[in-house]
Amino acid sequence: MDIATLLFSALYQFGDAFAFLVLSACGLAVIFGMMGVINLAHGEFIMCGAYVTASTAHAGLPLPLAILAGTLVSALVGVLVELVVIRHLYERPLDTIVATWGLSLIATQGTLIMVGSTMAGVGTPFGSFQVGAYSYSIYRIVLFCAALGVLAGLYALFNWTRFGVLARATIQVPHMAAALGVDTRLIYSLTFACGAGLAGLAGGLYAPTMTLVPTMGATFIMEAFVTVVIGGADVFLGTAPAGVVLAVIKSVMTSWQGQLFGQIGLLIAVIIVVRVLPKGISGFVLRERT
Amino acid sequence: MTRSVLRGLRAAALTGTLVLASGAAFAEGAIKLGVLEDQSGDFAAATIGKVHAIQLAAEEINKAGGIGGRQLELVIYDTQSDNTRYQEFMRRVLQRDKVDVVFAGFSSASREAYRPIVDQLNGFAFYNNQYEGGVCDGHMIVTGAVPEQQFSTLIPYMMEKYGKNVYTLAADYNFGQISAEWVRKIVKEAGGKMAGEEFIPLGVSQFSQSIQSIQKAKPDFVVTLLVGTAQASYYEQAASANVNLPMASSVNVGQGYEHKRFKPPSLKDMFVTTNYIEEIDSPGSKAFLAKFKAKFPNEPYVNQEAENSYLAVYLYKQMVERAKSTKRDEIRKVIAMGDVCMDAPEGKVCIDPKSQHMSHTIYLAKVGADHSISFPKVWEDIKPYWLGEAGCDLTKKDPMAQYTPSNPPPKP
Repeated sequence: MDIATLLFSALYQFGDAFAFLVLSACGLAVIFGMMGVINLAHGEFIMCGAYVTASTAHAGLPLPLAILAGTLVSALVGVLVELVVIRHLYERPLDTIVATWGLSLIATQGTLIMVGSTMAGVGTPFGSFQVGAYSYSIYRIVLFCAALGVLAGLYALFNWTRFGVLARATIQVPHMAAALGVDTRLIYSLTFACGAGLAGLAGGLYAPTMTLVPTMGATFIMEAFVTVVIGGADVFLGTAPAGVVLAVIKSVMTSWQGQLFGQIGLLIAVIIVVRVLPKGISGFVLRERT
Repeated sequence: MTRSVLRGLRAAALTGTLVLASGAAFAEGAIKLGVLEDQSGDFAAATIGKVHAIQLAAEEINKAGGIGGRQLELVIYDTQSDNTRYQEFMRRVLQRDKVDVVFAGFSSASREAYRPIVDQLNGFAFYNNQYEGGVCDGHMIVTGAVPEQQFSTLIPYMMEKYGKNVYTLAADYNFGQISAEWVRKIVKEAGGKMAGEEFIPLGVSQFSQSIQSIQKAKPDFVVTLLVGTAQASYYEQAASANVNLPMASSVNVGQGYEHKRFKPPSLKDMFVTTNYIEEIDSPGSKAFLAKFKAKFPNEPYVNQEAENSYLAVYLYKQMVERAKSTKRDEIRKVIAMGDVCMDAPEGKVCIDPKSQHMSHTIYLAKVGADHSISFPKVWEDIKPYWLGEAGCDLTKKDPMAQYTPSNPPPKP
């Protein structure tokens, strides 16, 4: 086996792990980093995106549009959840954990009762290609590009647009922003919708590659939280480097000893980071919000 | 005070209804059957059908006059794919609801979680699920198929047809580990070689690296012992990476109907040994399926565990009627006669007195490129021989233990 094949396979595995970590974590990171809300219903927004994507694709919509539909519906649900639940809990970050956890239970069981225990998949598009002895799925490369695209898009949104400036102002000093005429409630709403939409996008993008069941969100949760915990406060300068570091750890450990060690590697990384940078989630949130 | 008066009234009302309900039949009242199955959580897709099958059988039996004249009453709890729920509800059905028998469990982890409680509280449980084998426990009856029934048929067939290099991809818990041990043993006996093995933690859904490890090992076929809906994502991902290897399994299709849930051709060339799936084209199977669909028109699939659960209710009825009692010891005396058999939807099945496991008709199901099912081979009356041969004899001694090929029963 020549060096080029090995190198490509290592890169591909890295990209695959990176895409999964970043796409799972982005929505969570936006809501947590910008608003200090720990959204335990994150996995259910992912599930919502995947379900809407699959059902619109079954109805005949082309896959990219179906993924867009999944993203938009999740964002709308996000607006609704923000209005009904989250809005009333901004001063109580720990209570939002309980509230969103409750929401996630309701969403999982509600989906099971209303839609049934499974949904038919849509099939992965694009086929495969061969490098050396290995064949690879093209769609996985698309996922990697989507992860890079999402990071770039978020950076542009929060740094180069008026919404981004207002959002950052609202996050930094809410009453000053309000005094200057910013509708802070609207900004919070939109930020939450953005996070929910990103979760929906992750669900939509992974829908063709996964089993569609009401509990599917749970398979993203560990990776999402690990990435956000390690990434910390800054969404852009946090999530992306955390994604890189964890993807290296995960792909190296997995190719060396299998999936179990990949997961162990991720968790050990979190323990070390939390120990070295002593800002546990709740301590961090409370300091940031008060 | 008022509360105790109320309780008295309620008791009176209850006995009143009981007397009314039992009428001219036995004065004993209904036989209570506890049902602990996962109706939500990761395993729900494969197990909701088991509850429905038990409800169907109970309804049929009650319509036809019950068990020895007594009605069958179901006490159903949702165990949520959670092992601690099994322990909680097993205590509840045995101690508070005082059921006569419990039908419980999908995953082997759940079974091993509740089994000590059944033993301790002196209960009687049916495990209506295929599993990794080896449970030698007089408190349990297993109606599902075991490795010597599923692998000793499947693996030699696959090795003959595709080659002798075998790769196992298994769920990382007792079921996957012990089943993989069986695969290793049977591959070795048949003169083959293990190209590789990987154990996947439950709940993992991303398989890029595992797919590459398989391609690196270049096996002739892959034995997939993946469990739960998250792990089922493997097939879609392997197909999109064009792995294109035949697959063999004892759990797929027959439990999680992956061929219905995934878009063709991701399950192409999957071979499964199962004692029942709804595609089986026999009069018994068709009649069963028709009854099932009539009562539950929205059932997505009638799988092997649904059939195991259905036939288990009838087996229980037969044993209670022959023993003229619901006591476990009396029922086990009937089992010891060695002729507890019935015509199930799959064909004839019998309980083996030594292990209290069941003989089965084993169907080899092949999934085609369009996800249609064909049956290249059928083995009739395959016995659960391993425990008995290894030295488990429940008619003489009840060790209440689980054994594996590397940890067999102690020789007397």
